[in-house]
Amino acid sequence: MTSFDVVVIGGGHNGLVAAATLARASRKVLVLEAAGDIGGAARTEEFAPGFRVSSVAHLLNRLHPDVVKSLELEKHGLQFARADFVPSVALSTDGPPLVLHGAYGEVLTGAIPSEQSAWKELRAQLLRYAGILKPFLARRPPDLGGMSLLETAALGQTALALKKLGKEDMRDFLRVLLMNVADLLDEQLADDRLKGLLAFDATLGSHLGPRSPTSLLGLYYRLAGETAGTAGAQTLPKGGMGAIVAAIRAAAEKAGATIRTGTPVAKIIVEKGRAVGVVLDKGEEVRARTIVSAINPATTFLDLVGPREIDTGFVRKVKNIRMNGDAAKLHLALDRQPEFTGVDAAGHKGRLVIAPSPDHVERAFNPSKYGAFSPEPVMEITLPSLADPSLAPSGACVLSAVVQYAPYALKEGWSAGKPKFLEVIMAQLETYAPGIGKTVLHAELLTPADIEARYRMPGGHWHHGELQADQMLMSRPVSGCSGYDTPLEGLFLASAGSHPGGGVSGAPGLNAAKRIIGMKG
Amino acid sequence: MAQAIEKQSSAPRSPVIPARTAAQSHFRTLRLGTPFQPRIDALARTNDWYNWAGYRAPHSLWDEELEYFAIRSQAALFDISPMTKYRIEGTDAEAFLDRVTLRDVTKLKAGRVHYTAWCDDEGFVLDDGTLFRLSPTRFRLCSQERHLPWLLDSAIGFDVTVEEETEAVAGLALQGPTSFAVLRDAGFAGVERLKIFDLAEFPHDGGPQGTSQVTISRTGFTGDLGYELFVPAEQALSLWDRLMAAGELRGIRAIGYTALNRARLEAGLIVANADFVTSEHAVRPDRLRMPDEIGLGFMIDLEKGHFNGRRAILEARAKHRLRHVLVGLEIEGNIPAEHAIVYHRKSQEVGLVSAAMWSPMAKRNIAIASLARPFGDTMVDDLWVEIYAMRELQYQKLMKRAKVVQRPFIKLDRRTANPPADF
Repeated sequence: MTSFDVVVIGGGHNGLVAAATLARASRKVLVLEAAGDIGGAARTEEFAPGFRVSSVAHLLNRLHPDVVKSLELEKHGLQFARADFVPSVALSTDGPPLVLHGAYGEVLTGAIPSEQSAWKELRAQLLRYAGILKPFLARRPPDLGGMSLLETAALGQTALALKKLGKEDMRDFLRVLLMNVADLLDEQLADDRLKGLLAFDATLGSHLGPRSPTSLLGLYYRLAGETAGTAGAQTLPKGGMGAIVAAIRAAAEKAGATIRTGTPVAKIIVEKGRAVGVVLDKGEEVRARTIVSAINPATTFLDLVGPREIDTGFVRKVKNIRMNGDAAKLHLALDRQPEFTGVDAAGHKGRLVIAPSPDHVERAFNPSKYGAFSPEPVMEITLPSLADPSLAPSGACVLSAVVQYAPYALKEGWSAGKPKFLEVIMAQLETYAPGIGKTVLHAELLTPADIEARYRMPGGHWHHGELQADQMLMSRPVSGCSGYDTPLEGLFLASAGSHPGGGVSGAPGLNAAKRIIGMKG
Repeated sequence: MAQAIEKQSSAPRSPVIPARTAAQSHFRTLRLGTPFQPRIDALARTNDWYNWAGYRAPHSLWDEELEYFAIRSQAALFDISPMTKYRIEGTDAEAFLDRVTLRDVTKLKAGRVHYTAWCDDEGFVLDDGTLFRLSPTRFRLCSQERHLPWLLDSAIGFDVTVEEETEAVAGLALQGPTSFAVLRDAGFAGVERLKIFDLAEFPHDGGPQGTSQVTISRTGFTGDLGYELFVPAEQALSLWDRLMAAGELRGIRAIGYTALNRARLEAGLIVANADFVTSEHAVRPDRLRMPDEIGLGFMIDLEKGHFNGRRAILEARAKHRLRHVLVGLEIEGNIPAEHAIVYHRKSQEVGLVSAAMWSPMAKRNIAIASLARPFGDTMVDDLWVEIYAMRELQYQKLMKRAKVVQRPFIKLDRRTANPPADF
């Protein structure tokens, strides 16, 4: 029996990034994935005969450059160029859509000239401010208990970057930081389509409406991501999100990591306050010096470690992590390409957003506060088979959409609510792509309850915990384990539930691995 | 002015109020009476009341001095009903308590009691108390403070129920050299078999109040021979009457807290929120105390499984972050040094006395004090206390030499003698 230095629980992209990074630092690494296939919520799966789709995450917009570089993912088949950037199309029922071309609207079409120049200014400002926060993504959150010299210096650099903005800009950065996105948009823009798109992007994946305080942070988080060195750019990876994971897997295996799928971990073994191994569901024990949990933090502490090995106050904090998802995922197998009114061929290959105005997004959000889904949901739609025909049978088409708002704790329960929600989504789609309903061969709707069950994400939340100000940085997932190490010696966290959060970035996995290497774990 | 205990809370039961809130309705009635209140009120000549955890409790009943000497020379009856009591039961009760408290509960056999303490995540003491193991799966935890939310949150992941039973269970401490004889004469057959920290159940016929069991343990807070008795609140008065009748010729007396407080100081025992501030009460961060800082380090068992605060305690020990120490002091002269400041070389302030008295038993001027390390720890010489003695509206400042001494200040053989002596 081979012995391992490190056991990584969870073969999602963050687990694989951590595994690859640690394997490259000459540790013997074993990755244990519960499902039959690796990738977690970043998989390409067949949902109808001949139709494949990126199952939860479908757009790549934040794979961290340090991950690409340090794992040499380009050698493993991941290459992105400017030509891969796809546009965002703000759909409208009253006229032609508005299109953000290039990296998050380097060029804006479909708007009047004054709006174009206002957007140019706002875009520059948003990217400038997101740029201040960007360095935080690639390092541990500040440790209030005691920072190393290096960490203090890094924080100092942020202060310096802030200072470099100049007095006016710095003041404005601080003014808007915790604002709601709708108010900021109203200050600077006039076009409801553009404002609707930005309001949607700011609140995507969180339990916030555009008028909820701090909703602007979500937009900064998105714009802190980059692709091929360009901030805000987005791509639809060839072969779906599974291709990204395949490249990371290749890097991990090349560095010597072993990956076992279909191997759920039942328990983390703790001896005298130290994690020393895991017990698999079949009873097999695997011991290692370091255990990396790249799964949900609450599952890690409450189920695998168990409350007995941690302090009561810590259990309280973990139980209080808010992680009820509010987004559903729709997969449609269509017998032909749908036609969204007024959208050109390039637009159909991009991201199509139904969020006609900030008010519309806000109204869609309102019922979710009270346990009901949006009667007129907002959504982002991609047609990945247009750029990658291998995803669908010849002539047919795949539609993949993230739909909000779909509260995890639906009052009527999802078994009753799901068919109704599918109906309202289809009605909404019909408005923007007339005739689409008749072309549906198969529909798969993943509610947060489905996402929870299928991907082992409690609450069905793709960030593994709300990504809001109170659950960010040193409070992510909770104070006491925000820096990847935990109250248990030898146990580290590495999922999206840790800083900086979700999306296919690999940043939590990379940061965790760096922390482990730094602690000689 | 007799006041009977309220059996049921008068709190409005609303579906909105969570069960946890409803289970802690004690604060809705100010100055609750205990189940013994009719008897105590009848004996209260001094009417000298204080607030003990929301209950009306006597400082003294007729004479502080004589009440103290009842503990040391006769048998003293002290109502401990206001003490917070939790019933902890289930197959995981032992494991649960092992995780919550400092000492190794697996070593506590059924029919035994131990003194223990518990900490928060940061290793600061939440409270100290006594843990009664009534059966392999049933415990009673007695403490100064209320802890239901903490205990319930600690129970997550354990097969255990935790119930507040402060109001439902009445308690009496019977302490003093004749206490054994009183119990024997009251008809508690077999009570002589109880060794120190043993407990057992005894039948009690409460007449019209019904029959029940009384739990008697050979425990106490006086350093003397003594027992603690727990009964359902309904049988409280008949138990009181039974003891009083049996003890008449053995000098049994009801006493108040002032007398008990003296006895406990002689025994070297500490009181939460008098000798240290419990961590949920401390407002100032430097008032928080780890077990090692209040003389409870002996309870910490690093060999047993995980317990709350373990990591923080280990780290504080390793990094020498234990800033305080609790010590016994013997002070020259005979003026009690209550709340006196402790000095090194008569000039540098190094701590504070939290309890002090002239001990009639030890014939010494004794005190418990908290000092800032290394004073009281490795530096024990040249310590002084500054006593302000009030002499007819003028303070006389006395600088008295203090010596760090072992606690307890008195050791009475009768406390542990087997069989207990018949005085």
